[in-house]
Amino acid sequence: MSTTFWIIIAGAVATYLTRVGGHLVISRFDHIHPRVEAGLNAVPAAVLTTLVAPAALGAGPAEWAALIVTAVVSLRGGLMAMFLAGAAVLILARQFVG
Amino acid sequence: MSAETLTENSVATDFWDGVWLSTPVVVAAAPFGLLFGAIAVDNGFSVLEASLMSALIFGGASQMVGIELFGQHVAPWLIVLSIFAVNFRHVLYSASIGRRIAHWPVIQQALGYFVLTDPQYAVAERKAEAGETVGFAWYMGLGLPVYVFWVIESALGAVFGKLIPDTHALGIDFLLPIYFLGLVLGFRKRPLWLPVVIASAAASIIAYKTVGSPWHVSIGAIAGVLLAVILPPHHSGVEAKR
Repeated sequence: MSTTFWIIIAGAVATYLTRVGGHLVISRFDHIHPRVEAGLNAVPAAVLTTLVAPAALGAGPAEWAALIVTAVVSLRGGLMAMFLAGAAVLILARQFVG
Repeated sequence: MSAETLTENSVATDFWDGVWLSTPVVVAAAPFGLLFGAIAVDNGFSVLEASLMSALIFGGASQMVGIELFGQHVAPWLIVLSIFAVNFRHVLYSASIGRRIAHWPVIQQALGYFVLTDPQYAVAERKAEAGETVGFAWYMGLGLPVYVFWVIESALGAVFGKLIPDTHALGIDFLLPIYFLGLVLGFRKRPLWLPVVIASAAASIIAYKTVGSPWHVSIGAIAGVLLAVILPPHHSGVEAKR
């Protein structure tokens, strides 16, 4: 088997360990400390923000317009509505400001 | 109608509900799947190896980093370690979502963790927050289309990579940040939401400028989670529920 193949296999095992590992550690405890629970409840906002913030900072007016519209629509609409609105604004704005 | 057909119907309905929610993810991830395949072949992977990597790892950012290092002839163990580091945020997802799917049989849980990507986690956590049960059929309806398209797109990108047009005008390079922003805002009713968002945004931007990508994700995430752990419990709303 090639080196490439073994890199893929080892990478897959390492990735699966991250996906199952947090659960395996947490499930060892009968009782979850309130502070740990508070930390777990913060996971969605904490991780997803890091996927947006640097990208938004490095972007331009077209991307910012799209993010603002996405934010406004997400206050009222569902996941699909906000995604389509944001994408539409982005495509439209890029025709003008590139 | 017997009770059995009723259950079968509701399982199918749950599955297709999940499939419907997967559509923006499939759309937003498509260019990255194609791009990954193209870059993989460019860096010396075969079409089969590129597809295999997508099928077994199923994590876009980590695959891109792995391919990049492979092209630079970095030592194999360092490539694997980098893939692990980029995917480290999943440890947090895993610890968090485990509370929602603990009622599944072990085999189903094992499968569920395999498809635990960023959108998979966020959309499932959203459902749990709405007070609904996260069922296996629904969860797989959400995850399977993303997985299947990801593998197919990687193969297509590997075969036809040279034909990928300039994607800038179509905006597809910025669809994922838009989708993720919508998900972040969806959790705004949680205690400590704003302080956590500010801490993670600040830490990830500083890390992005200093340490560099992809480490800014883990650093920013840990900053936000630590803030929630450190702040007194009466702010986090955890004790109020007891």
